[in-house]
Amino acid sequence: MPKPDEMSYYQQEDLLNIDATPPKTGWMDTPVDLRPGSFIYPGKAKNLKILDLPNPRDWAIGDDDWKLPEGWKKTVLEGMADRLSKYRSFKLFMDTCVRCGACADKCHFFIGGGDPKNMPVLRAELLRSIYRKEFTVMGKILGKLAGARELTEDVIKEWFYYFYQCTECRRCSVFCPYGIDTAEITMIARELLGLLGLYINWSIEPVANCFRLGNHLAIPPHGMMDTLEFMVGDIEEATGIRVDLPVNKKGAEVLFVTPSGDFVADPGIYTCMAQMLLFHELGIDYTFSTYASDGGNFGLFTSHEMIKRLNAKVYAEAKRLGVKWILGGECGHMWRVMHQYMDTMNGPADFLEVPKSPITGTVFDHAKSTKMIHIMEFMADLIKHNKLKLDPSRNDHIRVTFHDSCNPARAMGILEEPRYVLNAVCNNFFEMPRNTIREQTFCCGGGAGLGTDENMEMRLRGGLPRGNAVRHVQEKHGVNQLAAMCAIDRATLVTVCDYWAPGVLVTGISELVANAMVFTGENERKQNLRLEDIPGREEDEPREGDANDE
Amino acid sequence: MNVLISLAAVGGLFLLGTLGGAPGMGWIFGVVLPYLAVGIGIGGLIWRVMSWANVPVPFRIPTTCGQQKSLPWIKSNPLENPHNGLTAVGRMALEVLFFRSLLRNTKAEVIDQRRLVYTSAPWLWIGAMAFHWSFLIILVRHLRLLANPVPWCVTFLQRADGFLEIGLPVIYVTTVLFLAGLAYLLARRLASPQLRYISLAGDYFPLFLFLGIGISGFWLRHWTKTDIVSVKQVAVGLSGFSFDSDALAAAGSLFYGHLFLVCVLLAYFPFSKLSHFAGVFLSPTRNMANSNRSVRHVNPWDYPVKVHPYDEYEDEFREKMKGAGVPVEKE
Ligand code: HEM
Ligand code: SF4
Ligand code: SF4
Repeated sequence: MPKPDEMSYYQQEDLLNIDATPPKTGWMDTPVDLRPGSFIYPGKAKNLKILDLPNPRDWAIGDDDWKLPEGWKKTVLEGMADRLSKYRSFKLFMDTCVRCGACADKCHFFIGGGDPKNMPVLRAELLRSIYRKEFTVMGKILGKLAGARELTEDVIKEWFYYFYQCTECRRCSVFCPYGIDTAEITMIARELLGLLGLYINWSIEPVANCFRLGNHLAIPPHGMMDTLEFMVGDIEEATGIRVDLPVNKKGAEVLFVTPSGDFVADPGIYTCMAQMLLFHELGIDYTFSTYASDGGNFGLFTSHEMIKRLNAKVYAEAKRLGVKWILGGECGHMWRVMHQYMDTMNGPADFLEVPKSPITGTVFDHAKSTKMIHIMEFMADLIKHNKLKLDPSRNDHIRVTFHDSCNPARAMGILEEPRYVLNAVCNNFFEMPRNTIREQTFCCGGGAGLGTDENMEMRLRGGLPRGNAVRHVQEKHGVNQLAAMCAIDRATLVTVCDYWAPGVLVTGISELVANAMVFTGENERKQNLRLEDIPGREEDEPREGDANDE
Repeated sequence: MNVLISLAAVGGLFLLGTLGGAPGMGWIFGVVLPYLAVGIGIGGLIWRVMSWANVPVPFRIPTTCGQQKSLPWIKSNPLENPHNGLTAVGRMALEVLFFRSLLRNTKAEVIDQRRLVYTSAPWLWIGAMAFHWSFLIILVRHLRLLANPVPWCVTFLQRADGFLEIGLPVIYVTTVLFLAGLAYLLARRLASPQLRYISLAGDYFPLFLFLGIGISGFWLRHWTKTDIVSVKQVAVGLSGFSFDSDALAAAGSLFYGHLFLVCVLLAYFPFSKLSHFAGVFLSPTRNMANSNRSVRHVNPWDYPVKVHPYDEYEDEFREKMKGAGVPVEKE
């Protein structure tokens, strides 16, 4: 018998039979149903201790008593008051919602699950109702009639459940007439829960690892050397080229910061290998860092303070190594941090220079303060200037579609660069339907620390909109690969595709670039970076000519 | 429940207002309460806006809805993803004047038991636009009662608004759109089980209040044929601080019902969700430029946090690092 943390436990017919009718009882009177498969295990005491977080203890979701600390109610209310005076976003979003419901069926969890408390507006009301009770006159006088309610332990449980059923994807905020961003509300709510020592282990353990070792996956410096050397070997096997491996190299021009998932997890490693190849081919003077060994930052899913604590190493390492500027790899939430928080939290980076491509001479003025650019911006510029020798026919067996990751799309707007690159390296690129891409893109269902198997039901439900769009292009255009510039996607979308669109593989964009690139001194390139035979290239046949015709 | 309470509240308030027509009550309902309401409304609005404006914006968090400005040859979308103050103002103008984000609205549905489809759902936008714009025009039209002489633009607007020339006195297009818009917004709130589920009394009350004001206003103009001269005298008196007992007495109960609901609205809106109209201007996800990487944003309450510095890291792993050939600071 399959268990709730396994994909096969869920039948597609059941999941698709979505009942969005609200329960008979009002939402304040409907207790939360903590069913296995739809929540994530609590943060372990040892991780909280590493991070000096309050109330470290071991407990379970199923326990009646969550062992909240003495005076927990006061702690939460003081925490709210504090944040209401520090974040205009929070205060404003508590006050201005008109409950028009425009955000409701924009959330992948509501679309795929139908639970009314997964409508962004109601998710926010879970917190707003306490705000009204404690911080507004109307709520104090009129109580429930004004949508106010008491803060109880049940409310805390409900918060824990639903604020860890939001992937902070910001899709709702695109549609809200006031730009109310439920992700922002979720971030604050998670901070409040954190004050009581309530975290999920799937995000707090990576945070603890990241704090101690520089990356979420607890790769120590020598372990990182091992895995990178292993990749160097694989690159040589696939291409015949031996790339160099600069690590913690002082005086390099560029510090390359990428999500640690790309060091160890399939298929992320192929993206990392591809980037090493690219830098080698172009002769870029770059370095990896074992200390700043993760651009990813699960602090984003924990608290603003934690973002800053984990992010500090990036500029610190850039300074220590004396690099000129920073290049960032393919990751979604990492880019939310690098783009919207890093400079404010840990800048100014006045010891760095405005990024300038050593190959094309392009100065990336739009990053003149933060001094960090995205690998897709870097690559698009290279391709535009014809600096990469490309043979896209090497990818002809691939029919690819592109998943815009939430943060690059809705917290940056890097929409065209990846498309430009994809079009240059693939002859068969197909877009998913309009309402599921670009700023309207759907989450993978497992972002913001929710991508663990114990949360399988919610991942599959939340992944339905994306999975359905992938299946659409699979049926219509024979799509067999999904490209995504995000390390979380490269883990979670594998599950989503296996379930909703079996047969579609997940890849990074860089991987496709390297597979299409013609390198100096390469072998016959019969295998791709995954060391799989490339269809149509097993035989010796003339090929370069026809690809360069266009 | 929330619906009935709100309806009853508005009905009760209207009846209360009609008392203004009783002998001697004109002073209270026609002079004291309107001033009080304007005072609360303006004072409340200032308090409300300050309660937001006084809170800092620690991070620059625009929600981007289009291509960023990056490489010169990639076309950016400044109105959906502004890169400076000017384009951010443009984006806000689209939001405030045309409800840009609401226009994106879609409806998600599973069809054939396996396909999720998204269809455009513009009715909310249409209803909201009809209601808000008519409301604005109706407000401006009312200036003809408050001002003497009537500004030309008000007269012009009034003519244009009555272009259909149906009825006597002429029925204004905006009055119809205002009521139709409101009726739609109310109907959709009642018809959709999800919306009903999230709606509070505070969501129905304003709708009934506006409906009450709109219907009583329509009634005043088209059925009771109000003594418009007295009403104008009352109104001009209010704006000029000179009052005329005869006019106050002659204005009629229905007029006072209408006026009282307006007073309630004025006093209510700063403390309710109606304050959204001021809030939208301050919304950080909309009014900030996505210039994050080119201009540093400063957090006024930034504070130092505990980090794990490189030396501690190296101290812990030095031997291992040396063994693996990773350069170190201290041999
Ligand atoms: C800058 C000006 C304003 C903007 C941008 C704005 C925008 C909006 C939007 C987008 C909605 C949501 C759609 C809807 O539910 O109809 C809405 C709802 C509403 N607005 Fe405004 N509004 C503005 C000014 C006002 C003013 C001045 C009032 C009256 C005091 C008002 C009263 C309402 C009401 C009653 C609703 C609720 C409709 C419902 O319950 O469905 N708005 N507004
Ligand atoms: S779209 Fe915005 S205003 Fe409307 S219900 Fe959602 S959060 Fe509230
Ligand atoms: S941020 Fe995303 S997951 Fe969270 S409520 Fe909004 S749409 Fe849903």
